[in-house]
Amino acid sequence: MTLRDILLLSLKSVASYRTRSILIILAMALGVAAVLVLTALGDGARRYVMNQFSSIGTNLIVVLPGRAETSGSFPGALLGQTPKDLTLRHAQLVGQLPQVRRYAPLNVGVAELAAVNRLREVTVLGSTADLIPIRHMKLTQGSFLTQGSEHSAHIVLGAKLAKEFFPRTNAIGQRVRLGEHRFLVSAVLASQGESMGFNTDEIVIIPIEYAQTLFNTSSLFRILIEAKSRNDIQSTKLAILETLKQRRNGSDDITVITQDAVLATFDRILSALTYAVAGIATISLIVAGVLVMNVMLVAVNQRTAEIGLLKAIGAPSSVIRKLFFAEAFWLSLAGTTIGFLLGQVGSLLLRMAYPQLPAWAPVWAAIAGIIVALIAGILASILPASRAAKLDAVLALGKK
Amino acid sequence: MIHLKQITRQFLMGDQTVTALNKIDLTISQGEYVSVMGPSGSGKSTLLNIIGLLDRPDSGHYELDGVDVTDLTETEQAQIRREKIGFVFQSFHLVPRLTAAENIELPLILSGIPPQDRRTCVEKALHAFDLQDRAKHRPAELSGGQRQRVAIARATILRPSAILADEPTGNLDHQIGAEVMMLLENLHQSGTTLIIVTHDRELGARAQRHIAMRDGVIVSDTP
Repeated sequence: MTLRDILLLSLKSVASYRTRSILIILAMALGVAAVLVLTALGDGARRYVMNQFSSIGTNLIVVLPGRAETSGSFPGALLGQTPKDLTLRHAQLVGQLPQVRRYAPLNVGVAELAAVNRLREVTVLGSTADLIPIRHMKLTQGSFLTQGSEHSAHIVLGAKLAKEFFPRTNAIGQRVRLGEHRFLVSAVLASQGESMGFNTDEIVIIPIEYAQTLFNTSSLFRILIEAKSRNDIQSTKLAILETLKQRRNGSDDITVITQDAVLATFDRILSALTYAVAGIATISLIVAGVLVMNVMLVAVNQRTAEIGLLKAIGAPSSVIRKLFFAEAFWLSLAGTTIGFLLGQVGSLLLRMAYPQLPAWAPVWAAIAGIIVALIAGILASILPASRAAKLDAVLALGKK
Repeated sequence: MIHLKQITRQFLMGDQTVTALNKIDLTISQGEYVSVMGPSGSGKSTLLNIIGLLDRPDSGHYELDGVDVTDLTETEQAQIRREKIGFVFQSFHLVPRLTAAENIELPLILSGIPPQDRRTCVEKALHAFDLQDRAKHRPAELSGGQRQRVAIARATILRPSAILADEPTGNLDHQIGAEVMMLLENLHQSGTTLIIVTHDRELGARAQRHIAMRDGVIVSDTP
């Protein structure tokens, strides 16, 4: 009997026992769809987080005063010590390193913003013009503190603040008061919403020197540094540590965080999560396999007389076995195909419900889901097929 | 030529051993028309199953066309069933989901005959058994006589040397039964060995040779 005939004859069988076949195909399809949708969710979450990090720059290096050790906080703080200051001079030195494309010193505080009879508390960032490209921020109007204009009393308003304070007029060129100091609005940030838990629509940015005067500090909160390329990150990190150690009389109580390291950690955690959900979903495929076995065992029982007849007209046991294998193959193939399509529709619905979530099932999950389903279906047919093949022809023919 | 030597077949029924065939010696020449008769439990169906290689004897030897087939493997016996033996059963044993034409085609598929040749053979068989109009009908849509005609067409499609029929008219009325017997006897006239197991004396009497069985032994073998 040729393979083509085995496949055709078994396909007729599958088609004629419609309800039974539909139930098996449905079980298989739901299993495959579960793998695809759950991995799409897991991998979508991973990509979402990665995109969020990438949006603030993957070449980013952050220098902060004090040393973060295994406790995750500054050990000196526990002993009542404060870390050594990180100053503007340090930032300038780091900025001169050959691996550094640009840098932005940063101070953060809270102050009262007042203008046109309006008053509210705002988060104030003190920095330089390079903060904008480093943090991938955009301006809708005006120009930010241009290079060398750190000393001008210019202020940049977040989009929401500009709308709140100057609802009818153009904010550019307007005067505002921040704490006790007066500033001229030079630019408005484009609305970007929340980025890594920081709402850029409700901040103001002023030159670093003004921020240090406003908050009465000479110490920086952070230095944000953009390396020239992703490959330079490790060497830049070492160069920063070395430069600052020399400059600060051998003291190395600074922490250098690279975006890459954070990114890699998140990637690992969320990938593990995706594998875990894929594993859980695979259980449903194995359950589907058990269902295939159960239904096929019933089918062998129902078709005993037919198996006896096939033996009587000259079908050896191997052909009977192949016919049942082929039936399991067709059922699994249909189940995985429909499951794949259902999974794609499910992922599409997820993307429609949560547009910010790139919920695409990863290729490995689709391939693994289909292969596991096919194998589970065919393995599940081994017992029924061998039971059918071993049936005694005389007894089988005698069964009504 | 069918040649049985000292064939014994026993079955375990609970803790009792029942001897269905007891040291049977039998020779049937090519082209003979033989009826096997006897009461229920006399061993006639077991004899037919042994001759048709559906069952194996516990002892003795079976030669078919000069070859000892007693100890052949399951696959070798299946091949002989395909090539040399055609079965006709009382309850037709048609595959319910296949059409009449597809049921007739089954032995051709099992023999690996190409689809084009199969189609020609099936068309000839449908014509020979006056089933052209019923080719696409499933067994449930056929009368008893038509079903048995489909079963006979299937049994003879590969031109076997022997037809083994177990109560071939048992489920048919008298007139249709007679028509089916005519078909089988036509096959015999073209040189096929015909062995019929039956309770029906009138049917048995139509054969050229009459074997009577009782308690697993042949009690008479007369022309």
